Amino acid sequence: MISKSILIKNARVIDPSQNIDATMDILIEDGLIKSSGTNLKSSSEVTIQADGLVACPGFIDLHCHLREPGFEEKETIASGAAAAIRGGYTTICCMPNTNPPLDNAATIDFVRKTAASRSPLITVLPVGCITKGRAGKELTDMSEMADAGCIGFSDDGSPVSNSQLMLLAMRCAAGLEMPIIDHCEDLDLSHGGHLHDGWVAARLGIKGIPSAAEESMVARDIALAEMTGAVLHLTHISTRGSVEMIRSARARGVKVSADATPHHLTLTEERIIASPMQPDAPLIYDTNAKVNPPLRTALDIEALVQAINDGTITSVATDHAPHASEDKLCEFELAAFGISGFETAFAALMTLVHSGKIKLATLISLLTCGPAEVLQQEYGITGTLKPGVKADITLLDVNREWTLEKANMLSQGKNSPFIGQAFKGMVTGTIHAGEIAYIDKSVRTSK
Amino acid sequence: MERIVSPNEPKLSTAGQESLPPLSIGLWRHRNVLDLDDFLSDEIALVFEIADGMVEVLARDVKKVPTLRGRTIAIMFYEPSTRTRASFELAAKYLGADTVSLDSAKSSVAKGESLIDSLRTLQALEVNTIIIRHPCSGAPYIAAQHLQTSVINAGDGCHAHPSQGLLDLYTIKRKFGDLKGRKVVIIGDIMHSRVARSNIWGTRSTGLHVVLCAPKTFIPQGMPEMLEKCGLDHVSIEHNLDHALEGADVVMPLRLQKERQQSGFISSIREYVRLYQVNGERLKKAGPDVIVMHPGPMNEGVEISHDVAYCNSSLIEQQVTNGVAIRMALLYLVSGVRN
Repeated sequence: MISKSILIKNARVIDPSQNIDATMDILIEDGLIKSSGTNLKSSSEVTIQADGLVACPGFIDLHCHLREPGFEEKETIASGAAAAIRGGYTTICCMPNTNPPLDNAATIDFVRKTAASRSPLITVLPVGCITKGRAGKELTDMSEMADAGCIGFSDDGSPVSNSQLMLLAMRCAAGLEMPIIDHCEDLDLSHGGHLHDGWVAARLGIKGIPSAAEESMVARDIALAEMTGAVLHLTHISTRGSVEMIRSARARGVKVSADATPHHLTLTEERIIASPMQPDAPLIYDTNAKVNPPLRTALDIEALVQAINDGTITSVATDHAPHASEDKLCEFELAAFGISGFETAFAALMTLVHSGKIKLATLISLLTCGPAEVLQQEYGITGTLKPGVKADITLLDVNREWTLEKANMLSQGKNSPFIGQAFKGMVTGTIHAGEIAYIDKSVRTSK
Repeated sequence: MERIVSPNEPKLSTAGQESLPPLSIGLWRHRNVLDLDDFLSDEIALVFEIADGMVEVLARDVKKVPTLRGRTIAIMFYEPSTRTRASFELAAKYLGADTVSLDSAKSSVAKGESLIDSLRTLQALEVNTIIIRHPCSGAPYIAAQHLQTSVINAGDGCHAHPSQGLLDLYTIKRKFGDLKGRKVVIIGDIMHSRVARSNIWGTRSTGLHVVLCAPKTFIPQGMPEMLEKCGLDHVSIEHNLDHALEGADVVMPLRLQKERQQSGFISSIREYVRLYQVNGERLKKAGPDVIVMHPGPMNEGVEISHDVAYCNSSLIEQQVTNGVAIRMALLYLVSGVRN
């Protein structure tokens, strides 16, 4: 559906990058935002009647897993991209824990080219490995991967345990002015653990992963970033202790930012044994709620929400981690970690808006200008509706009620703890570079 | 408790063999026995009442009764075990059931079949009851979730061992009768013990006070919160064994797995023995009627001294016999419940 021009009429435009929250029109021409204002006149080819809808910059995800190459039974770049588009995303950054891992220019190039040819209606930006084979032994050729188009470096689920090597990695990344996207986990402390080391772990007789496993690495990597001047982005932060360290590091000027995931912001360890959909069911071991870092406690959620409201946490990342059904349909201790998150991120987070914990504009900033700050502008300015930038726009119906059903998910990974859950708030349209990537049938459009 | 004879109650044959006296399964509602957290006091009392009849059968010279004749019980062990396995197998055989044993090493598990597929196959083979032992916590719950067949948990990971919990409580009950105010001390590796967890649930609302006594390395971080959240206020935690043993009526050391030393949970066996071994000297602090129990297998000289294991207060062998009776009672009860 290639259109030279699109007019979005009467939307509530929320653009936190410009502090805009007003009802107006947006005109898109040649893939760029031409102008926005009231009563725009245009002979546009397509008009979207957006009365009652929110229009905001396209969502950006700093952390997802597309599984290709190597794990195509879990997800492909194409199926993951389709799910992301449905979730309102126009830019997604995929992690390098593929097989082979994205630890050289050729694999980075493979992801970019595959995405560009199969999924042209979304921008896919790969993250490269910090170490070869994600083995934590030798650094990758970072500058060559940067030239091939990676946007940062991470060993994600296999964090660099060797502190000296991490120091050197930060120096290299600092030289390239590129971020380290850091999964913080002390592997000795988390070894053999499958859920938060709290009362549910004690109840189930399964080894827990203590908050200290995350916090000790947050402390180490803040110290290294402070020493090296590297840009450090701490991803999927889950504990109160981490938040406090990040807050104080930012206050003294360390270049550290952080994201949290929709599931860590809305679910606790108790979700593993009790489904809100079946409160009276007997004890369950819900592998769909098994994720790393693990779902924590209500106190941690409170700290994460507070950190969002005081600007300590500036983005939300899905950590979309799709798995095949057999990876989850098994013993809890053998089940894979991860939640398929693209299609529920916005709706799950809307529960925080509807309950008054965060403002809608704050939520949108977490999904747009917050993550955009971590990305370099080399791949286009994102996260804003300023005239002249690439027209990435997401349309939202904040009051639309819907229920997540497995059969309707576009991701190959149906591993969601939200299956069966009723939501209020839905993504109703995704426009990428001036092209309609997705539009819900409820939205009136005319040609 | 009101007695309702279930329409599905197994028919007790009287022809030929000497049979059980007529038993009612009363209000029994459990298709599965997964843990004791959902057992009401009346239900535990019913298990014990039926176990009393089974104890009588076990005392006979010819033990076999035809109660479960024609029923098939699958014994599926994914973890090495001799005692529990033999106990369940004999329980099934004494009741006249046919048994089929599936051993993880020899079965399709070795060929990479998933747990759910193995279970579905057993169900398709029309077995009546599946007894499962598995190294992963929660595995029997998967079985219960995916099958219509009755499932009995014979021990899952570090989570639960309900038949052991029942036989322990039965042994205590037979000794003391009234349990109100009696003190049970469970000593050792609480963290990795499914026996301790099932005992915690089984002793709820019995009047027993349970003390978990262990080094701090063997108490899960979330244990105090778990006790509070689950309303298990009859349980307390104590790290000093001499304090814990004061006035104890039941002393139950747990097996210390020697590999825990390699993982650093204890510095040495010697240190553990010094602080936590139940020996004759320490047992003097306990109450006058104290009994010693052990879920087995014992490491004599480690968690329990030889003299204590075989002293007059030791009911360890009695536990083994009671275990068969309890398992017979459970097999009898679940065989009367269909969906």
